[in-house]
Amino acid sequence: MNSLLAHAAPLLLAAEDGGEHAETVLADGGVLASAAWLIPVVPMVMAFLIVFFGKRSPLKGWGMAVGAMGFVALYGTVLFGQALFGDSAVVYQGAVEIGDIGTTTADGHASLLHLEWGWLVDGLSSMMYFVVGVVGLFVFIYAKSYMKGDIRYTWFFASFTLFAGGMLVLVSAPNLIQLIVGWELVGVASYLLIGHYWEDQENSSAAIKAFLVNKVADVGLFIGAIMIGLSVGSFRFSDIMEVVAGGGGTTLATVAFWAGVALFIGAMGKSAQFPLHVWLPDAMAGPTPVSALMHAATMVTAGVFLIGRMFPFYNSPEYAEEMRWIIVIIGSLTLFLPGLIALVQDDIKKVLAYSTVSQLGYMMVAMGAGAYTAGLFHLFTHAFFKALLFLGAGSVIHAVHSNNMSDMGGLRKYMPWTFWTFLIGSASLAGIFPLAGFWSKDEILASLQYAGENYPVEAGGAALANVALVVAIVGAFVTAFYMTRAVSLTFFGSYKGHGEPLESPKMMTVPLVALAVGAVTAGWLNIPGVTSYFTDAVGKVLVPAGDHHAEAINFAIALSASLVGLLAIGLGYLLWYPDKETQQERDTFRIPVLYPLLVNKYYIDDFYMDVIVRPIRGPIARATDWFNGHVIDAVVNGVGFGTKALAKPIYAFDQRGLDGAINASAAGTAGTGTFLRMFQTGKVQQYAVMIFAGTVLLVAGLIIFGT
Amino acid sequence: MIIMQFLILGAALFSLGVYGVLTRRNAVLVLLSVELMLAAVNINFVAFDRFLGDELAGGQVFALFIIAIAAAEVGIGLAIILLIYRNRHDANVDDLDLMKL
Repeated sequence: MNSLLAHAAPLLLAAEDGGEHAETVLADGGVLASAAWLIPVVPMVMAFLIVFFGKRSPLKGWGMAVGAMGFVALYGTVLFGQALFGDSAVVYQGAVEIGDIGTTTADGHASLLHLEWGWLVDGLSSMMYFVVGVVGLFVFIYAKSYMKGDIRYTWFFASFTLFAGGMLVLVSAPNLIQLIVGWELVGVASYLLIGHYWEDQENSSAAIKAFLVNKVADVGLFIGAIMIGLSVGSFRFSDIMEVVAGGGGTTLATVAFWAGVALFIGAMGKSAQFPLHVWLPDAMAGPTPVSALMHAATMVTAGVFLIGRMFPFYNSPEYAEEMRWIIVIIGSLTLFLPGLIALVQDDIKKVLAYSTVSQLGYMMVAMGAGAYTAGLFHLFTHAFFKALLFLGAGSVIHAVHSNNMSDMGGLRKYMPWTFWTFLIGSASLAGIFPLAGFWSKDEILASLQYAGENYPVEAGGAALANVALVVAIVGAFVTAFYMTRAVSLTFFGSYKGHGEPLESPKMMTVPLVALAVGAVTAGWLNIPGVTSYFTDAVGKVLVPAGDHHAEAINFAIALSASLVGLLAIGLGYLLWYPDKETQQERDTFRIPVLYPLLVNKYYIDDFYMDVIVRPIRGPIARATDWFNGHVIDAVVNGVGFGTKALAKPIYAFDQRGLDGAINASAAGTAGTGTFLRMFQTGKVQQYAVMIFAGTVLLVAGLIIFGT
Repeated sequence: MIIMQFLILGAALFSLGVYGVLTRRNAVLVLLSVELMLAAVNINFVAFDRFLGDELAGGQVFALFIIAIAAAEVGIGLAIILLIYRNRHDANVDDLDLMKL
């Protein structure tokens, strides 16, 4: 660890927090870094502006959303370019203190936990800014045509911008608290977007499911963050990493294993790791651009990002390295099992969803094997080709008006742009040389092999890594296999749907082409032994990850993975050979035990429903019903009766007392008036009589009483 | 000289005037009756003036003022009555109940 630190590029750290901390400024991060707080703020503000003014703006909010994403994309590109090709490593940390929480650290010293909002500019966050910005921008552009005519068009772009903004808050976080805030913002926005077509019960259920599964996992994140924050005395990543870099024997070291597990549970939820992956395929209920962004750049990458952010913690023998075998096991299960489900799905988006789950398993398994760079590199390339595949699928759905591949077929002739870009994306996902997916997957496999030889924990760890390597290679086979199936059923054979499918408008095909370029070239940033831009860039963090990075191409691994991929494509081609009559028959080919298992998604959903949801929901429903019927209703009824009882005397008093007084005074006035009216006759002589009588009375009075 | 004779004359005249004011229907006669009441008052003033021997002759002066004002009052009163008669061809006070409105 220490030797790695010595080798690391000099850190440039500028702490900008009102002079609270002793500044370890080595160099100024430049105006670009100090103004980077704009990256999360612009989309967040824009999301609310769209809510308030979007409907009245000329482009109904789309222009505002794309403007914000364009800004982020540009800024992210510049920052990431700096990280990739710049000479010096820029690590910038800005923070604005919001408040303190008084607390006592475990060793008895009273201390304050600072709550801060801030921003980090380092290799890792720049990479994420770039991915979220650029992929997001293309998806946003694409969404204009795709969402055209939607009843909640403006609202869609408001929540979509919030979604991206939440992710950027998460990515820019310099402390765990802000990360949680961004984490939850992403969760809320995903809930809104998955349930965009909430008129269908199924879609709103999917949104609730995604939210709840994530919530369950979030408990782990909270517990982990609290454990780490309390034992370090700060939520700042820089402080945590300082403790980690300082070696063992600290308070953090004693809780590291469980804190690591807790954080990983949080990551499992967002990054859809087995067995918490169940929300992700259902999240297909949202509009296709949402799926594209969610599966590529935002949301599902958050878990991998979290592990990457905390990587030194997971990589230090004194800290959470011991729990990494859990990550390897979970990652291996995730990359293999859901990949198989993709083979039996008819919904093209579901195929891609299970493929995403499987690819997230690859990223996690790399993290677990200690290959920080490999995991993030796969995240990076995956963002491009998965966004491309989803947008391609969206283009197809747009033309065919169905999600089912049994309604497609032969679209190669009708939709050439979509076909070719989708093919590139599929080949990249399948790991075909020299596309992006090949390089990143190869790096993961090489890392697993390296871990198998040098796994640092126990003797069992090495065996585990070797098993994971085999699983990952088989997983590569499965990946290529189901993508071949998807391409064959969608674009080859004969068209089985209704009407004449048309190529999508330019607004949709241009982002496809742009992402296809990324899906081809993104991998070239990190060719082992040739280029190492990406490795250098993501290595520019507060405490360098200290992972293993392959120095040269491991030909055995690369060849075997490629052969496996090509074999799968060949086999898939034979199985779903595009002749018109038999294509569909072959797709309905059933393997006795496996097929029901896969179609029912390993019964995991049923398991959750029967074992967890129903037993809890039933008693809770009954208890709340009882409580509602007996306690709340009693209170409400009691209040009702009391009010009614009180109302009676008040009513009586009002009717008789108050009204009586008022009526009496009115009647008195009227009576007086009636009486006096008799004297006002208008007859002059009567008046004169009265005057005369009055005078006589006065005089008589004076005579009698005067004297 | 006994003042009582003059006071009785004044009271009799005043009572005649009051009776006339209250009973006559013709506005002109009502006005005449009012003049009678004023004349009764003048008799009282003059009688008390003589009886008390006021050096400034205030009672007589007051009587002169009353005569002058009565002349003016009758002038206005007759003018009003004349106009009412012209408008309504009637000078009966019973019909003149416009004051009720």
